[in-house]
Formats: sequence, C-alpha cells, structure tokens
Amino acid sequence: MTSPAPLRHKEIFPVVGLDLEHAGQVSTEVQRVLRRLGVEAEVVRRAGIVCFEGEMNIVLYTPGGRIILLVYDDRVELIFSDQGPGIPDIELARQPGYSTAPDWARELGFGSGMGLPNMEANSDRLEIRSRLGEGTVIRATFFRRRDEAAGSGGAAGA
Amino acid sequence: MKLREVAERLGLEFLVAADPEAEVRGGYVSDLLSDVLAHAEAGDLWITHQRHLNVVAVAKLRGVAGVVLARGLRPGPETLQRAQQEGVNLLTSPADAFDTAGRLHRLLAP
Repeated sequence: MTSPAPLRHKEIFPVVGLDLEHAGQVSTEVQRVLRRLGVEAEVVRRAGIVCFEGEMNIVLYTPGGRIILLVYDDRVELIFSDQGPGIPDIELARQPGYSTAPDWARELGFGSGMGLPNMEANSDRLEIRSRLGEGTVIRATFFRRRDEAAGSGGAAGA
Repeated sequence: MKLREVAERLGLEFLVAADPEAEVRGGYVSDLLSDVLAHAEAGDLWITHQRHLNVVAVAKLRGVAGVVLARGLRPGPETLQRAQQEGVNLLTSPADAFDTAGRLHRLLAP
C-alpha cells in the first residue's frame, strides 16, 4: 500500500508525560511546519487536531514519548509512540465515550472519551499497535489531494 | 458580525484583543476540549469555563473567532500570555454560559 513518493520532511518532537503546561505545543508547531512546507490547508487542519489528541494521550496517560512528523508528496504521517502502560482493549478504547482518565484530567476538560474517535474521524487511516506494559504506537495517515487544494473545480473521485 | 461589535452588544470584556475584527459566525458552548475539536465550527465564539493553557491550543486548532469565559472568569497570566503569542481572542462575560449563549444567539439569529 505504501507508495514510493519521496520523503520531503522529517521531524521528531519529544513529549513529556504529565507536563500539562507545554502540552498542545507540538500540534501548534506541526501546523506551523506543514504550512511552511505548503501542505494543503485541509490536511493542516486535520493533522493539527489529530496531533493534539495524540499528544494529550501521551501527556495524560504515559511517562512520555515522541511524535514523528513525516511529509511526503502524496501524504502526511504522524507517528505517536510512548512508553506507557499500553491499551488492554483497543476496540473498546476506540469507542466514543470510553475513557480511563483520572478525575483531575476530566476537570480540565480532558478524558471525555473522544480522543481516539477524533483521531479516526480526522485522519484517512489510523493504525494502533499496543503492548501491555511496553507502550503504544499510533500511525495516522493523511492523503494529500492537491487537485482540490488548487481549486481545479471538477468532481473527480478521490 | 465583527467580534468587536458582538463584545459591545453583549457586554464582553476583551482580555486579549488579538483580532477584534474577526468575523463571528456562530457559537459553541462546551467544557470538553475534544468535543470542541470535534464539533465547533471555524468562526464560532466558544463559551466555556475552562481557562487553562490548553484552551488556547484548542481555540487555535479549531479556528474559533474567540474564547469567552463565562461568569466573569479570568485566566492566569500564562494563559493570557499564550493567547497573545498565538493570536487568540480571549474575552470574559459577566453573565453565565446560558445567558451569554442566549444573547449571542439572539444577536446572530434574531
């Protein structure tokens, strides 16, 4: 499935667990980088939201991890990896409203059980791999549709 | 309607006036950050009780016209500073969320 499009940009952002003060900054920075690279606004918007949710998952539930941004001609990928406790039941965790967030996180408006559903809704593909006691890796893929961004009109199928 | 005019008509106080000329197209009331990311629309005025740093990131990601803190709530200096840095309009309303939203709705959809 992976196309041979060349890699245009790679950047690694460390994420510190439980550091709410800096949480959310990676998503802002990722959007800045994507805009600078001329990535389509619609992909920038979706990638920003997915990045925020993935970043908050690392901050709220793990001691830390990192986010890798990969920009290709035909797609953007965000890879979230952490050394957290892992997800015991991924299907359950994907369900809207399911959350294991502690009270302090909920009081701040996190942990409403919409993180993974938001990541799914805003990416074109979401792969989750998790091992209990070792960590979780999530890869979100966004396909670039440059014909649409260029405003070429036509109703060509995607 | 421009945010500046909405603020005047609703008695909102600007805490950070990054872009008072922003166009307000609607409103959204929520204290759940993921809910705002999923359902608020660009150009909405986001009415909330949350006032920590991450509110700025969510507001920016979603492209809302501004954040209105209900019941006269005020954020700490870190949030004000971040909003300034990121160019996010931040306001406070003397009214509670229900009244603020009601007045905004009447203003935008009379």
